[in-house]
Amino acid sequence: MASASSKSAFWKGFKDGAPFLLVVGPFGVLFGVVATEAGLNITETMAFSIMVIAGAAQFTAIQLMVDEAPTLIVLATALAVNLRMAMYSAALTPHLGSAPIWQRACIAYFTVDQSYAVSAAQFEKTPDWTLSQKIAYFFGAVTPVCPMWYVVTWIGAYAGTAIPPEFALDFAIPITFLAIIAPLLRTLPHVLACATSVILALSFAWVPYNLGLLIAALGAMMVGAQAELMLSKKVKP
Amino acid sequence: MIDSTQLWIVILGLGAGSFALRFSFLGIIGKRPLPEWVLRHLRYTAVAVLPGLIAPLVLWPAATGGEPDPARLTAAAVTLLIGITTRNVLAAIFGGAIALYGMMYLLS
Repeated sequence: MASASSKSAFWKGFKDGAPFLLVVGPFGVLFGVVATEAGLNITETMAFSIMVIAGAAQFTAIQLMVDEAPTLIVLATALAVNLRMAMYSAALTPHLGSAPIWQRACIAYFTVDQSYAVSAAQFEKTPDWTLSQKIAYFFGAVTPVCPMWYVVTWIGAYAGTAIPPEFALDFAIPITFLAIIAPLLRTLPHVLACATSVILALSFAWVPYNLGLLIAALGAMMVGAQAELMLSKKVKP
Repeated sequence: MIDSTQLWIVILGLGAGSFALRFSFLGIIGKRPLPEWVLRHLRYTAVAVLPGLIAPLVLWPAATGGEPDPARLTAAAVTLLIGITTRNVLAAIFGGAIALYGMMYLLS
Protein backbone atom coordinates (compact mmCIF):
# COMPACT_ATOMS: atom_id res chain seq x y z
CA MET A 1 0.00 0.00 0.00
CA ALA A 2 2.76 2.40 1.00
CA SER A 3 4.72 1.73 -2.18
CA ALA A 4 1.60 2.07 -4.31
CA SER A 5 0.85 5.49 -2.82
CA SER A 6 4.49 6.56 -3.21
CA LYS A 7 4.18 5.61 -6.86
CA SER A 8 1.13 7.79 -7.32
CA ALA A 9 2.85 10.64 -5.45
CA PHE A 10 5.81 10.33 -7.85
CA TRP A 11 3.54 10.63 -10.89
CA LYS A 12 1.65 13.52 -9.36
CA GLY A 13 5.00 15.30 -8.92
CA PHE A 14 5.96 14.42 -12.47
CA LYS A 15 2.71 15.88 -13.79
CA ASP A 16 3.14 19.07 -11.71
CA GLY A 17 6.77 19.51 -12.78
CA ALA A 18 6.25 18.83 -16.50
CA PRO A 19 4.83 22.29 -17.48
CA PHE A 20 8.13 23.87 -16.38
CA LEU A 21 9.75 22.23 -19.40
CA LEU A 22 8.40 25.18 -21.37
CA VAL A 23 10.55 27.54 -19.28
CA VAL A 24 13.56 25.32 -18.60
CA GLY A 25 13.91 24.23 -22.24
CA PRO A 26 14.49 27.62 -23.90
CA PHE A 27 16.38 28.93 -20.84
CA GLY A 28 18.85 26.04 -20.99
CA VAL A 29 19.33 26.38 -24.75
CA LEU A 30 20.03 30.05 -24.17
CA PHE A 31 22.63 29.26 -21.52
CA GLY A 32 24.36 26.87 -23.91
CA VAL A 33 24.37 29.56 -26.61
CA VAL A 34 25.59 32.36 -24.32
CA ALA A 35 28.33 30.19 -22.78
CA THR A 36 29.55 29.19 -26.22
CA GLU A 37 29.52 32.84 -27.33
CA ALA A 38 31.66 33.64 -24.27
CA GLY A 39 34.23 31.11 -25.50
CA LEU A 40 33.42 28.04 -23.39
CA ASN A 41 33.73 24.64 -25.05
CA ILE A 42 31.12 21.88 -24.75
CA THR A 43 32.79 20.20 -21.75
CA GLU A 44 33.03 23.47 -19.82
CA THR A 45 29.45 24.44 -20.67
CA MET A 46 28.10 21.03 -19.62
CA ALA A 47 30.20 21.03 -16.42
CA PHE A 48 28.60 24.37 -15.56
CA SER A 49 25.03 23.10 -15.96
CA ILE A 50 25.69 19.79 -14.19
CA MET A 51 27.71 21.18 -11.26
CA VAL A 52 25.70 24.34 -10.64
CA ILE A 53 22.22 23.46 -11.98
CA ALA A 54 20.91 27.02 -11.43
CA GLY A 55 20.33 29.10 -14.56
CA ALA A 56 20.35 32.63 -13.14
CA ALA A 57 23.61 32.08 -11.21
CA GLN A 58 25.21 30.49 -14.28
CA PHE A 59 24.28 33.47 -16.48
CA THR A 60 25.56 35.86 -13.79
CA ALA A 61 28.91 34.08 -13.56
CA ILE A 62 29.39 34.04 -17.34
CA GLN A 63 28.50 37.73 -17.66
CA LEU A 64 30.94 38.76 -14.91
CA MET A 65 33.74 36.65 -16.37
CA VAL A 66 33.15 38.26 -19.79
CA ASP A 67 33.45 41.62 -17.96
CA GLU A 68 36.80 40.36 -16.58
CA ALA A 69 35.73 40.57 -12.94
CA PRO A 70 38.09 38.88 -10.43
CA THR A 71 37.29 35.28 -9.50
CA LEU A 72 36.24 36.09 -5.92
CA ILE A 73 33.76 38.71 -7.12
CA VAL A 74 32.33 36.29 -9.70
CA LEU A 75 31.82 33.65 -7.01
CA ALA A 76 30.40 36.04 -4.41
CA THR A 77 27.92 37.63 -6.81
CA ALA A 78 26.74 34.36 -8.40
CA LEU A 79 26.35 32.79 -4.95
CA ALA A 80 24.35 35.85 -3.86
CA VAL A 81 21.96 35.08 -6.74
CA ASN A 82 21.67 31.56 -5.30
CA LEU A 83 21.04 32.65 -1.70
CA ARG A 84 17.38 31.88 -2.30
CA MET A 85 18.36 28.19 -2.36
CA ALA A 86 19.10 28.45 1.37
CA MET A 87 15.56 29.73 1.83
CA TYR A 88 14.20 26.76 -0.17
CA SER A 89 16.33 24.43 1.92
CA ALA A 90 14.88 25.93 5.10
CA ALA A 91 11.35 25.65 3.73
CA LEU A 92 11.71 21.98 2.75
CA THR A 93 13.38 20.92 6.00
CA PRO A 94 10.20 20.45 8.10
CA HIS A 95 8.87 18.05 5.42
CA LEU A 96 11.96 16.18 4.28
CA GLY A 97 14.41 16.75 7.17
CA SER A 98 13.95 13.25 8.63
CA ALA A 99 15.05 11.44 5.44
CA PRO A 100 18.39 9.57 5.52
CA ILE A 101 21.40 11.79 4.96
CA TRP A 102 22.18 10.45 1.45
CA GLN A 103 18.62 11.16 0.35
CA ARG A 104 18.81 14.66 1.82
CA ALA A 105 22.04 15.19 -0.15
CA CYS A 106 20.27 14.14 -3.38
CA ILE A 107 17.30 16.36 -2.54
CA ALA A 108 19.69 19.27 -1.89
CA TYR A 109 21.40 18.83 -5.27
CA PHE A 110 18.02 18.85 -7.05
CA THR A 111 16.59 21.79 -5.09
CA VAL A 112 15.84 24.24 -7.90
CA ASP A 113 13.17 26.94 -8.32
CA GLN A 114 10.71 24.53 -9.92
CA SER A 115 11.09 21.50 -7.64
CA TYR A 116 10.90 23.77 -4.59
CA ALA A 117 7.86 25.68 -5.84
CA VAL A 118 5.64 22.68 -6.61
CA SER A 119 6.79 20.68 -3.54
CA ALA A 120 6.26 23.52 -1.06
CA ALA A 121 2.77 24.09 -2.48
CA GLN A 122 1.91 20.38 -2.45
CA PHE A 123 3.22 19.68 1.08
CA GLU A 124 1.12 22.58 2.40
CA LYS A 125 -1.96 20.99 0.85
CA THR A 126 -1.26 17.41 2.06
CA PRO A 127 0.54 17.64 5.42
CA ASP A 128 -0.61 14.10 6.28
CA TRP A 129 1.52 12.56 3.52
CA THR A 130 4.19 10.14 4.72
CA LEU A 131 7.88 10.94 4.33
CA SER A 132 8.22 8.44 1.47
CA GLN A 133 5.27 9.99 -0.36
CA LYS A 134 6.79 13.46 -0.01
CA ILE A 135 10.18 12.25 -1.24
CA ALA A 136 8.54 10.42 -4.16
CA TYR A 137 6.63 13.59 -5.07
CA PHE A 138 9.81 15.73 -4.93
CA PHE A 139 11.73 13.39 -7.23
CA GLY A 140 8.69 13.11 -9.48
CA ALA A 141 8.80 16.88 -9.95
CA VAL A 142 12.58 16.79 -10.54
CA THR A 143 12.41 14.05 -13.20
CA PRO A 144 11.05 16.06 -16.16
CA VAL A 145 12.95 19.25 -15.23
CA CYS A 146 16.57 18.53 -14.26
CA PRO A 147 17.71 15.95 -16.85
CA MET A 148 16.21 18.22 -19.51
CA TRP A 149 18.38 21.07 -18.19
CA TYR A 150 21.51 19.12 -19.19
CA VAL A 151 20.08 18.10 -22.59
CA VAL A 152 19.00 21.60 -23.63
CA THR A 153 22.31 23.10 -22.44
CA TRP A 154 24.05 20.67 -24.77
CA ILE A 155 21.74 21.59 -27.67
CA GLY A 156 22.39 25.30 -27.07
CA ALA A 157 26.15 24.77 -26.89
CA TYR A 158 26.07 23.05 -30.28
CA ALA A 159 23.70 25.58 -31.84
CA GLY A 160 25.60 28.54 -30.36
CA THR A 161 28.64 28.15 -32.59
CA ALA A 162 26.37 28.49 -35.64
CA ILE A 163 24.68 31.79 -34.71
CA PRO A 164 26.17 34.93 -36.36
CA PRO A 165 26.68 38.22 -34.41
CA GLU A 166 23.89 40.07 -36.32
CA PHE A 167 21.44 38.23 -34.07
CA ALA A 168 22.50 40.49 -31.16
CA LEU A 169 22.78 37.57 -28.74
CA ASP A 170 24.60 39.91 -26.36
CA PHE A 171 21.11 41.00 -25.37
CA ALA A 172 19.84 37.49 -24.58
CA ILE A 173 20.93 37.79 -20.93
CA PRO A 174 19.25 41.16 -20.22
CA ILE A 175 16.00 40.04 -21.87
CA THR A 176 15.96 36.73 -20.02
CA PHE A 177 16.64 38.34 -16.66
CA LEU A 178 14.06 41.08 -17.23
CA ALA A 179 11.54 38.35 -18.03
CA ILE A 180 12.44 36.57 -14.76
CA ILE A 181 12.36 39.74 -12.66
CA ALA A 182 9.07 41.20 -13.95
CA PRO A 183 6.74 38.54 -12.46
CA LEU A 184 8.62 38.81 -9.13
CA LEU A 185 7.56 42.45 -8.74
CA ARG A 186 4.33 41.47 -7.01
CA THR A 187 4.58 43.54 -3.82
CA LEU A 188 5.71 47.09 -3.02
CA PRO A 189 8.83 45.89 -1.11
CA HIS A 190 9.86 43.83 -4.17
CA VAL A 191 9.45 46.89 -6.42
CA LEU A 192 11.44 49.07 -4.01
CA ALA A 193 14.22 46.49 -3.73
CA CYS A 194 14.39 46.26 -7.52
CA ALA A 195 14.54 50.05 -7.94
CA THR A 196 17.24 50.32 -5.25
CA SER A 197 19.27 47.63 -6.97
CA VAL A 198 19.15 49.46 -10.32
CA ILE A 199 19.94 52.91 -8.87
CA LEU A 200 22.81 51.70 -6.67
CA ALA A 201 24.30 49.47 -9.40
CA LEU A 202 24.35 52.38 -11.85
CA SER A 203 25.71 54.88 -9.31
CA PHE A 204 28.41 52.47 -8.12
CA ALA A 205 29.33 51.23 -11.60
CA TRP A 206 32.67 53.04 -11.21
CA VAL A 207 33.72 50.89 -8.21
CA PRO A 208 36.47 48.48 -9.32
CA TYR A 209 36.14 44.67 -9.49
CA ASN A 210 32.35 44.85 -10.05
CA LEU A 211 32.00 45.39 -6.30
CA GLY A 212 29.31 47.96 -7.07
CA LEU A 213 26.85 45.16 -7.81
CA LEU A 214 27.43 43.54 -4.42
CA ILE A 215 26.90 46.91 -2.71
CA ALA A 216 23.70 47.38 -4.72
CA ALA A 217 22.45 43.88 -3.87
CA LEU A 218 23.05 44.30 -0.12
CA GLY A 219 21.40 47.72 -0.11
CA ALA A 220 18.42 46.43 -2.10
CA MET A 221 17.90 43.45 0.23
CA MET A 222 17.89 45.77 3.23
CA VAL A 223 15.42 48.16 1.56
CA GLY A 224 13.10 45.25 0.67
CA ALA A 225 13.24 43.79 4.18
CA GLN A 226 12.74 47.17 5.87
CA ALA A 227 9.83 48.08 3.59
CA GLU A 228 8.17 44.74 4.35
CA LEU A 229 8.61 45.32 8.08
CA MET A 230 7.17 48.85 7.93
CA LEU A 231 4.19 47.77 5.80
CA SER A 232 3.38 44.85 8.13
CA LYS A 233 3.49 47.18 11.16
CA LYS A 234 1.10 49.54 9.44
CA VAL A 235 -1.39 46.75 8.78
CA LYS A 236 -1.43 45.61 12.40
CA PRO A 237 -3.90 47.49 14.70
CA MET B 1 38.40 35.57 -23.58
CA ILE B 2 37.70 33.89 -20.27
CA ASP B 3 40.78 32.39 -18.62
CA SER B 4 40.42 28.62 -18.35
CA THR B 5 41.80 28.35 -14.80
CA GLN B 6 39.43 31.05 -13.59
CA LEU B 7 36.55 29.32 -15.37
CA TRP B 8 37.16 25.97 -13.65
CA ILE B 9 37.58 27.63 -10.24
CA VAL B 10 34.23 29.35 -10.81
CA ILE B 11 32.49 26.17 -12.02
CA LEU B 12 33.75 24.08 -9.08
CA GLY B 13 33.39 26.86 -6.50
CA LEU B 14 29.92 27.83 -7.63
CA GLY B 15 28.90 24.17 -7.77
CA ALA B 16 30.18 23.50 -4.24
CA GLY B 17 28.80 26.77 -2.88
CA SER B 18 25.37 26.25 -4.43
CA PHE B 19 25.23 22.74 -3.01
CA ALA B 20 26.21 24.07 0.41
CA LEU B 21 23.37 26.62 0.26
CA ARG B 22 20.88 23.94 -0.77
CA PHE B 23 22.12 21.46 1.82
CA SER B 24 22.47 24.03 4.63
CA PHE B 25 19.20 23.69 6.48
CA LEU B 26 18.11 20.32 5.13
CA GLY B 27 21.38 18.63 5.99
CA ILE B 28 22.89 20.41 8.94
CA ILE B 29 20.55 22.76 10.73
CA GLY B 30 17.65 20.31 10.68
CA LYS B 31 14.34 21.45 12.04
CA ARG B 32 15.50 24.49 13.99
CA PRO B 33 13.72 27.54 12.53
CA LEU B 34 15.56 30.45 10.92
CA PRO B 35 15.42 33.87 12.56
CA GLU B 36 12.65 35.87 10.91
CA TRP B 37 14.97 38.76 9.98
CA VAL B 38 17.22 36.39 7.99
CA LEU B 39 14.26 34.97 6.05
CA ARG B 40 12.99 38.49 5.44
CA HIS B 41 16.27 39.47 3.77
CA LEU B 42 16.53 36.21 1.83
CA ARG B 43 13.13 36.85 0.25
CA TYR B 44 14.61 39.78 -1.71
CA THR B 45 17.82 38.23 -3.03
CA ALA B 46 16.54 37.71 -6.59
CA VAL B 47 15.11 41.23 -7.02
CA ALA B 48 18.19 42.68 -5.28
CA VAL B 49 20.88 41.09 -7.46
CA LEU B 50 19.44 40.58 -10.94
CA PRO B 51 18.18 44.13 -11.70
CA GLY B 52 21.55 45.61 -10.70
CA LEU B 53 23.34 43.07 -12.87
CA ILE B 54 21.45 43.93 -16.04
CA ALA B 55 20.84 47.69 -15.60
CA PRO B 56 24.27 48.63 -17.04
CA LEU B 57 23.89 46.04 -19.82
CA VAL B 58 20.61 47.66 -20.85
CA LEU B 59 21.81 51.28 -20.66
CA TRP B 60 25.39 50.86 -21.84
CA PRO B 61 25.59 47.73 -24.04
CA ALA B 62 29.11 46.62 -24.94
CA ALA B 63 27.94 45.67 -28.46
CA THR B 64 27.37 49.36 -29.27
CA GLY B 65 30.56 50.52 -27.54
CA GLY B 66 28.66 51.53 -24.41
CA GLU B 67 26.32 53.95 -26.21
CA PRO B 68 22.60 53.68 -25.30
CA ASP B 69 20.87 51.88 -28.16
CA PRO B 70 17.18 52.50 -29.04
CA ALA B 71 16.61 48.91 -30.20
CA ARG B 72 17.93 47.40 -26.97
CA LEU B 73 16.14 49.97 -24.77
CA THR B 74 12.84 49.25 -26.53
CA ALA B 75 13.36 45.50 -26.22
CA ALA B 76 14.05 45.87 -22.49
CA ALA B 77 10.92 47.99 -21.96
CA VAL B 78 8.73 45.56 -23.93
CA THR B 79 10.10 42.55 -22.02
CA LEU B 80 9.45 44.22 -18.66
CA LEU B 81 5.96 45.33 -19.65
CA ILE B 82 4.89 41.90 -20.94
CA GLY B 83 6.47 40.24 -17.89
CA ILE B 84 4.58 42.46 -15.45
CA THR B 85 1.23 42.22 -17.22
CA THR B 86 1.21 38.51 -18.14
CA ARG B 87 3.55 37.14 -15.39
CA ASN B 88 4.66 34.73 -18.11
CA VAL B 89 8.45 34.43 -18.45
CA LEU B 90 8.40 32.85 -21.90
CA ALA B 91 5.94 35.37 -23.34
CA ALA B 92 8.17 38.18 -22.05
CA ILE B 93 11.33 36.65 -23.57
CA PHE B 94 9.67 36.14 -26.97
CA GLY B 95 8.09 39.61 -26.88
CA GLY B 96 11.45 41.18 -26.04
CA ALA B 97 13.21 39.26 -28.82
CA ILE B 98 10.57 40.31 -31.38
CA ALA B 99 10.89 43.95 -30.23
CA LEU B 100 14.70 43.77 -30.48
CA TYR B 101 14.77 42.31 -34.00
CA GLY B 102 11.88 44.51 -35.13
CA MET B 103 13.62 47.68 -33.97
CA MET B 104 16.98 46.58 -35.40
CA TYR B 105 15.26 45.96 -38.76
CA LEU B 106 13.43 49.32 -38.68
CA LEU B 107 16.54 51.27 -37.69
CA SER B 108 18.95 49.61 -40.10
